[in-house]
Parts: sequence; structure tokens; C-alpha cells
Amino acid sequence: MTGNTEKENVSVDYFESGHRACGGCGPALAGKLIARAAGPNTIIVASTGCMEVFSTPYPETAWKTPWIHSLFQNAAAVASGVEASLKRQGRDEKVIVIAGDGATFDIGMLCISGMFERGHDVTYICYDNEAYMNTGIQRSGATPFDASTTTSPAGKLSNGNSRPKKDIPAILAAHGSPYVATTSIATPKDLMDKVKRALSIKGPCYIQVHAPCCTGWGFDGCKTMELGRLALNSGLWVNYEMVNGVVEKVKKVKRIPVDDYLKAQKRFRHLYRPQENKDEIAKIQAIADSNAQKYGIDIPVKK
Amino acid sequence: MLQITEGSHAVAEAVKLCRPQVVSAYPITPQTHIVERLAEMVADGDLNGEYICVESEFSALSSCVGASAAGSRVYSATTSQGLAFMAEVVFNAAGMRLPIVMTIANRALGAPLNIWNDQQDSIFLRDSGWMQIYGEDAQEAMDLHFIAYKLAERHDVLLPCFVCLDGFIVSHTFEPVDIPSQKEIDEFLPAFNPLHRLDAKNPMSFGMYATPDCYQEFRYEINAAMIRAKAAYREIAAEFKAKFGRDYTGLVEGYRLEDAETAIVAMGSICGTAKDAIDEMRDAGEKVGLLKIRSFRPFPSEEVRTALKGVKNIAVIEKNISIGSRMLGAVGLEVKDAVYKDSPNIFSYVGGLGGRDIRKRDIKQIVQWAKEGRNDCFFGLREELLK
Repeated sequence: MTGNTEKENVSVDYFESGHRACGGCGPALAGKLIARAAGPNTIIVASTGCMEVFSTPYPETAWKTPWIHSLFQNAAAVASGVEASLKRQGRDEKVIVIAGDGATFDIGMLCISGMFERGHDVTYICYDNEAYMNTGIQRSGATPFDASTTTSPAGKLSNGNSRPKKDIPAILAAHGSPYVATTSIATPKDLMDKVKRALSIKGPCYIQVHAPCCTGWGFDGCKTMELGRLALNSGLWVNYEMVNGVVEKVKKVKRIPVDDYLKAQKRFRHLYRPQENKDEIAKIQAIADSNAQKYGIDIPVKK
Repeated sequence: MLQITEGSHAVAEAVKLCRPQVVSAYPITPQTHIVERLAEMVADGDLNGEYICVESEFSALSSCVGASAAGSRVYSATTSQGLAFMAEVVFNAAGMRLPIVMTIANRALGAPLNIWNDQQDSIFLRDSGWMQIYGEDAQEAMDLHFIAYKLAERHDVLLPCFVCLDGFIVSHTFEPVDIPSQKEIDEFLPAFNPLHRLDAKNPMSFGMYATPDCYQEFRYEINAAMIRAKAAYREIAAEFKAKFGRDYTGLVEGYRLEDAETAIVAMGSICGTAKDAIDEMRDAGEKVGLLKIRSFRPFPSEEVRTALKGVKNIAVIEKNISIGSRMLGAVGLEVKDAVYKDSPNIFSYVGGLGGRDIRKRDIKQIVQWAKEGRNDCFFGLREELLK
């Protein structure tokens, strides 16, 4: 026994390695950071999806905190029940939902709206990889404009997904949520800080984590963090905090053209081959410009 | 002491006496009087629990799943469209072996929309892994809740349970009901002692997915628990009888079946009408009896066969229709399976759907049909509407 042994045995990770995610999986990193930030006194409620499937094939589990999965669309309602039960028993565990964007933006919307309206003390975290990845990269309400997915494929008459991403943070802020935040696996400290802050605030809080998916977006798994950074730097993803409905902290960037982000992913390849589709790329640049203006992310250039 | 109470309020009293820590429900006719009364009890501090006003039936049962897994005794109530809406969670709760008790105020399923009674709603979930027990009147509906919690929570059962009562006919009718005291129920039904629960001090994963390597064994075990529930039910009902004097010890219950040549088989409130009709027919010299099915899941095949031994004609009154099945009714199929070795005449007669009244004279007609060997069919059809 050396003097260090005790320290080494104190693990800070409650989401263990050895799970079955793809190499370079953004959501797996999100899970690890969320569990690390939340600590052991936490009950996690999961939706059906990638994270559920790669972390808990019976009889194996990657979770060292209590964890429950019921269905695809009901994590918010299950969490409501867990919270009510803990309250009645006088227990102090924190309740966190971890759900994908399909479960959050689309099929789980009813249960989420109910949980936020009723004001349960639950932190709901969406790992947003911008499509139904677990079933094979189908479009969700979180899929960005012009991304090609298996149900919004680019083709002779299609430029990919024809609608912009749904603004879930605004919808949940409108429910009266005391704390709504967006973050990215590319900013791990920010992610962990926001999880801790949400857990310290009473009531239903929401965090949306940008979690690049190498398999679904079409990039090398060693570039996951880089893709997250490109999204932030292009202005197509913005890290911000809304407290009682008011945007407070926003991550500012020296913006790069959206081209740099789009070109790095196969889901936007149709915008560059066989020839560059300048009109469509201009529309995506306009989304980034609009985000930049709305959230004030541009670092002023000194003259 | 007997009190004149609405069926729904008798159920709410029963639920209160069972001390659920979490009640989660969404209003739907004819279940509303139950959950309204429970909300009042919580508001007045008479029921010391959380009442979650969910936004849908889907969330009602989903939140019960979470609360039960976290270690609380939970309760919900619904019917018809609400039950259909939560169907995915119904299967899930059974698969997760969570001992949730839910009242079903039985009602027809649309379309066409209809708020009145039949038993299509609970019967369509017969394969879900929930136990289903049916009360004939307010007293029985009330008492079955005490038995249901004790049964569902037994570690050798751990299955959720529907306690069914006919919508309006029982839920909205005032009857004299003997309401036990809190002390008596506390002695009969101890606090919930979950086998496993979500607990940071002893972390476990709940609701993991199963591959083809192990899925089938989970389903086998649910079924094995359902089979064990028969003996467990009898034990618990015997204990209830010893304490409260009311006898629900049979998963089925015979009425004037001795020497009967023709038997009605039915579930729920229609059994009361059938007993009156049988008394009159007996007075007229007809050898007729009734077999009431109290438990549809688990289905007590052996008891059904024993009770109907020697009966020549069996008429199953079906407040449901299994559309496309030759025999028409889901209960008849089960009864036929139970008695086929004895080869009686057995027929399903579908009626009373969507709240149409079944009167004594209908029951007498059904008995006549069964004696004549009239095949499975609807009764009480308004032929003029079918032209």
C-alpha cells in the first residue's frame, strides 16, 4: 500500500468505461461529465435511446448511481414520480433526466411540458446529437436545416432537412423554468458547471448539451471535440444560460464561416458536391448570423 | 358500520386506508369521482401523500412507475381511452414488476365515443401482465383494493393489479358499504416493503434492455408470478375473511350452481342482476345458476372447470367483443378452454356494450338461448338500426 492508494481508489466517475458506445461518441462523453458533476447522491432517469442502449445491456451497467429506464417518451413523467416519492420519504437524492433529442424535442414533449408546468425539482438534460441515431440516423425536431438524414435525405428535389431546429430552451423557459442552459461536450468545464448550478436550483431546470455523433454526422471519431468547437465558433451552436427566462451568460467567440463546420461532416456533403450550393450555404450562414445577433456572441474586433 | 356511499367514494376511502404515498391520476369519466375525492383528502390532510396532477394518463402511470421504483406505494385510476393511452406503460410496469394498484371504472372504447359501461378497456390489456380483479358492487370493489395491494406487493408475486368496477353502474351508485377502520387496515396491510428500490446508498439499474439471450426468461418469470398469484390471492382473501368477515376467497364464485343444468358466466355488476333473475327462474323450477369470474387475470381455469362440472349449457355474458374471433367474447374463450374436456354446450353472448342495460328478462332470454343451443351471438341488438 502506498500513500496514494486511497486517493486513487476514490473514483469521481459514476459512469464507467467499458460501455458499448462508438469510439468518439459525443453522448458518452456527455454522460460521463454529467455523472461526474452530479456525484453519487443522484438518481438518473433515462429515455430509450443510444445512451440507454450502450450503457445498460442486461446484466451489465455502466452506471454507478441508481438509474432507471422505462420508455422512450416518459422519462420526465417517471422523474416526476421519483421526485414525488423521494419528497414523501424525506430523502435528499437529486433527480436527473438524461434523454436524447428525439425523446426530448419530439415524442416526450407532452411529459416534459407536464413536468415543467408542475414544477418538479428535476434537472432535465438533453444530449442533442441532432437526429434519431439509435434507430439509424432519422430526422428529429433537433436536426439542423439542410442536414441529410435517412428520413430527410438530400436528393434531386431535396437539400436535406427542410426545417430549422426547434427552440426547446425557449419553450421550457416559457414554462417558467428557473434555469435553462445550453452547453457542449466541447466545453467540459462549462457543461459540469451548468449541471452543478442546475442541481443547486430548486424546480425544473433544463440543459441542452450539443453532443456530436461521429456515426450519424459522418466524421472521424477522433474529431468529436473539434466538431463541437466548430459548431460553437461558427455560431450554429451557442452556449448560454437563461435565468428566470432572461439570457444571462453567453459564450462569445471569434466567428468562423459556417463552411468550416459544414465541410467537416458527411451530412452536409450534398451542399458541396457535385458543386457548391451557394444559395443553401448562405441560408445556413444566415442562421448563424441570426444566432450571433440574437445572443451577442461576437467578440468585437479591435481596430 | 354501514354507510350509504357512492361506489367511487367507497373506492377513494379504500385507497386512503391503504396509505399510498403517491397518487397520480388524470381525470376521465367515469373515474373522476374517485380522484376528485382523493384530491380533497390530500387537500384536507386526510391522506398523507403526494397528489400529482399529471397532464395525461400516459404520465399518470409513468409517474407511478417512477414513484414505485423509488420505494413508494402508489395509486392511479383510469378507464377506457385513458387506459388505452397508457397502454405502453401498462406493459412496461408489469415487465418492471412494480406492484402498482390502479382502479379501472370500466367503460367502452371508441369509436364511436361512448362514456358508458362495458369491459372492453381492461380486457384488451389481458396479456399485459397485470392482474385483473372485478368487483360486483361497491363493497366488493372497495374490499378488493385492500387485497390487491397486499397481493401485488408480495415478493413472490410483484405484479401490478387492476381493480375493476363497472363505470356508472357501480362507480356512480349509492350503496350501503361497511368501511373498515384505519387500525384494521394497518393490521391487515403493513407498509410497503419493496424488494428493490432506487437508492443512492445501494445503486442499481432498473429497466435495462434484454437481448434474445435473456428476454424470454423475463417473460417466463412474469407468467410464473401470475400463476403463483392464484394461491397468494386465496391466502390473502382468507386472511381478509377471517378479519373482516366478508368472503372473497374464490377467484370465482358460484351462485345456486348445485344441480344446475344451465349456468350463466359473467363478471362485474351484471352478476347482481343475474342472481335475481336466477332466483326467479329457480322459483319457476328451472335448474339455473351463476358463475361469477372475480379474477380474469390470473384466469382460474381449474376453479372454473370444477364449478361448472356437470353443467350442460354454459352462457357467457360478454361485455366485450374480440372482433374477428369466432366465439366473439374474450371471457368465453377462456371458459371454453377451461371446460372443453367436459364437453358442455358453451356460448358467448355479447351485450350491454356501451352502457346498454342488461335486464333480468335479457338474462332469462340468454338462458333460453343456451338451452336451445343458439350459437355465439349478440343479444339485445336493435335490428331496425342495422338495415
